[in-house]
Parts: sequence; structure tokens; C-alpha cells
Amino acid sequence: MESLIFFLEDAAPLLVLGLVNGAFYALLSLGLAVIFGMLNVINFTHGAQFMMGAFVAWMLLSWAGIGYWGALILAPLIVGAVGVLIEKTMISRLYKLDHLYGLLLTFGCALVIEGLFRNNFGVSGLPYAVPAELRGGIDLGFMFLPTYRGWVVLMAVVMCLLTWYVIEKTKVGSYLRAATERPQLVQAFGVNVPRMMTLTYGAGVALAAFAGVLAAPIYSVRPDMGASFIITVFAVVVIGGMGSIMGSIVTGFMLGFVQGVTELIYPPFAQTVVFFIMAIVLLTRPAGLFGRA
Amino acid sequence: MPEGMTAAANPAGQGTAMLEVRDLEAWYGESHVLHGVSLDIRQGEVVTLLGRNGAGKTTTLRAIMGLTGRRTGAIRFEGRETIALRPDLIARAGIAYCPEERGIFASLTVKENLMLPPTIAPGGLSVEEIHTLFPNLKEREGSQGTKLSGGEQQMLAIGRILRTGARLLLLDEPSEGLAPVIVQQIGVTIRKLKERGFTVLLVEQNFRFAQTVADRHYVMEHGRVVDMVANQDLAASMDRLHEYLGV
Repeated sequence: MESLIFFLEDAAPLLVLGLVNGAFYALLSLGLAVIFGMLNVINFTHGAQFMMGAFVAWMLLSWAGIGYWGALILAPLIVGAVGVLIEKTMISRLYKLDHLYGLLLTFGCALVIEGLFRNNFGVSGLPYAVPAELRGGIDLGFMFLPTYRGWVVLMAVVMCLLTWYVIEKTKVGSYLRAATERPQLVQAFGVNVPRMMTLTYGAGVALAAFAGVLAAPIYSVRPDMGASFIITVFAVVVIGGMGSIMGSIVTGFMLGFVQGVTELIYPPFAQTVVFFIMAIVLLTRPAGLFGRA
Repeated sequence: MPEGMTAAANPAGQGTAMLEVRDLEAWYGESHVLHGVSLDIRQGEVVTLLGRNGAGKTTTLRAIMGLTGRRTGAIRFEGRETIALRPDLIARAGIAYCPEERGIFASLTVKENLMLPPTIAPGGLSVEEIHTLFPNLKEREGSQGTKLSGGEQQMLAIGRILRTGARLLLLDEPSEGLAPVIVQQIGVTIRKLKERGFTVLLVEQNFRFAQTVADRHYVMEHGRVVDMVANQDLAASMDRLHEYLGV
């Protein structure tokens, strides 16, 4: 009994850390899945847009005095609007071409955006304080849970479920699902599919920016904060299965948790374990755990 | 032939057509598929497009809907030129399309499939009326769309465009691959739709089925309309039709 408590005291913080990472994986891979489902574009700008969310939160605070709560709503709207602009002016011209062009374009956009931020803000990172209401922690008995980490996990779960609900259970979602299968036919029914694609991209980008705002107080606000996350997130997407909504949510949390457990058992392996799992999944279930072949 | 065609294209030579197609040419990428299709459909008519495989029947429907690549010529619907419009705006003008492959969405339930096309004008059938026409759809409301039988999928594909208030229905081979009893049921449905004032342009390979529902038949060959036969003249024109259709 005593040893179990010791184990929990050791294990719990790492598992929570894993869960927090998982929350970001889930939010980011969810946005990627939504965009891929509708636009058939693998959005390599996603990490940069996550970073922009954090930066916009920082700018709102430093330049306009708008704090965390305002940023949580405004930053996704602002970054989402930039996404709409990118889709309208560039991505929408590539739909008739091979997928690779969309991938190259969004990868290029990511490099440009990250370069611009590095140029203007340097690489050292800017601080962003945890909002006053979410400071401190809760003593759970076996561990001390920082309130803000709990909040991040909670918000990620809420946002994921909300997105899932909108896509799977609403009228708008039925247009989305239908247009994912046969965009031309849905348009022939009188739905403005090109506009829907633009808005879907905007919404996926807004999700990334929302994750960015959540991340700002945990990781410092840095131009490369997205790049380091997004590599793992792409592995998550491959494991979960491209385009599956629930798949990306579950896989995101699950892999964060697996990382936490690995950290506990054999720390050097923690960063690699996701890619190890990805390799196994690709060999055994190429469509991903939740993907439709 | 072109001169004779003008008379055939506007058979009655009177009244304005609901849909007027003139010299319609269409391409899929580099391949030129339609070479000048002209036809007229009046309000309340059921008209079929007959022809062999590859004659351009399906492409004609898709071109009217704006779903091919480049198009030239004229397509006037209720007096309005639609050739330059996007598919969604053509649909909103009052034309509904039921594709050959039926286009039932696997990720939507039967009910979601039925409710998918947005209402574009008042005057469509209510869901109850559609369920009266196709009782199976009500029983299987919660099933995944593609779990339905072929006949049920066809009913769903037709049923869902009746809700929208569209006045002209483009149906691409609704009888294809279905059991005779279901083909019969679809025939009954088309006649009921005619009674309700719907106008229908029907692509058919099944000549026997076509003659039970249509007022007139256009015959297509090599991307053109080459002949027009009124349903009442059908018996007299049999030899000609057999030659066109190779039946």
C-alpha cells in the first residue's frame, strides 16, 4: 500500500504532463483532420498557426491590454481570419492539382510565417503569465495539480467534444460530411461548397490558434513552438487515421498519456515512442487505428 | 440534319420552354464530349434522353447542372441564362439533379441524406409525402445511407430532391440495375410527380420503361441530339429508334 502511494506520487505528475501534451495533440490533430477531410489538403501551416495564436494573445496583452480571457476568443478569430485569407488567395487555386502542391504551399507558408516572427521577435521566447483566476493548484491527495494544467485538459476536452458534436450531429455538420464524400454533388444541391471550404479552413486554423492561446502560459511564446509540436501531431494523425474526427481526438489524448507513461518507465524513449507506434501502425493498419481504408 | 433539328428541338413551335438548351458543347479536360446539343422542355413535361452508351446523355445532364468542365452555348431556364453560373446557383434557380450512381452519402443516415439538399423554394413535397411515396425510407430512417438496398437508395436519391421546391428534375437512369417491381414503382412515382406539376428530364437506356412515363423522347448520338419522337408516335417510329439504339 505504501509503495503504491509512493508510485502514484512519482507517476501522477508525469501522467498529468502527458495528458496536457495529449490535450494539445488532440486539439491540433483535430484541426488537421477537419481541414484534410474537407479540403484534401495536409495543412503544414498548422504549427505556425498554433504559434500565431500564442503570439496574438501576447500582442493583445502587450499592445492592447486585452488579457487571457479576451485572447481566448479574439486570437482564434484573428488567426482564423488570416487562414481564410490564405485559403482564398492561395490554397483554393490548388484544389484541381495533386495533393502534393497543397502540402508544398502550406509548408512554404509555415516557413515564411515562422521566419517573419523570428525576424521580429527573436528566438528567445516571450513570457505570458497564467491568468490570475487559474493560478495555484489543487491538492488531490496523491499529487498537486496546477490549476492551469487542469484547465487546459478540460478546455481541450470541451472543445474536442464541441467540434465532434457540430460535425456529427448538426445540419452544418451533415453538409461537411457529405461534401467530404462528394463535393460536386453537394454543390449541385445548392450548397456553396467553395465558401464552405474556406470557412472550414478558417475553423481548423482557429482551433490551432485556440490551442496556441492555451499553450502560451505553459510554454513560452516562441516562433518555433509550433514546429516542435507539429511533428508529433502529424505522427498522431497518421496513427489515428487521416480525416477521422473521433480518431484524432482519442489518439491525441492516448499518445500524450503513452508518452507520460514512457517518461516514467524509460525517459530517454519518451520522445521517440510516438514514432515507434506510428511505424507499427503503418505496418499493420496503414489506414490508421480509426481510419477508413 | 441541322435544319430539321431546329424543328425537332422546338417541337410544338409555340409557347416558351421551361428549359431551352442551344448548341451546348462541353468538355471534360481536353476531351470534347458534347458537340452542340439543342433541346427544349416545357413546363410539366416528362422528356427522356435516349441513346447508346457514350452518346452524351449523362454529360448533357451534368452540363446543365454546371458539373462538366468548360461549356459553351446557351442554357436558359425559365428565361434566365445559366451557362455561366456555378452549380449551386443553378440548383438555387430551381433545377435538381439525381446522379446515375445515386450519390447516397455513406457518412450520413437515411434521414440526414433525405434532409441534406437545402430548400430553395416553397412548393416541395413534405417529408410525410415523401414517406407516403416511399414507405421504406421511413422504416430505415436511422440506418446508414449506403446500407439500403439498391432500390431503396434510388428512392432516397429521388426522394431527397423532391423536398427542395425545385421545379425541374434531372434524373439519370433511375431504373438502372433495379428489379422490375421496383422499376415499376419508380415509374408510378414519376407519373405522380408529373401530376403534381414537376417537369422531368430523364436519361434512360431502358426504352420500355421510358415509354411508360415520357411525353417525348430525344435521341442522342455522338454528343448531339439527332432526333425527337413524341410518345404517341413511338409505334410508328420503332424501326428508326431500333436503328439508333441498336436494340
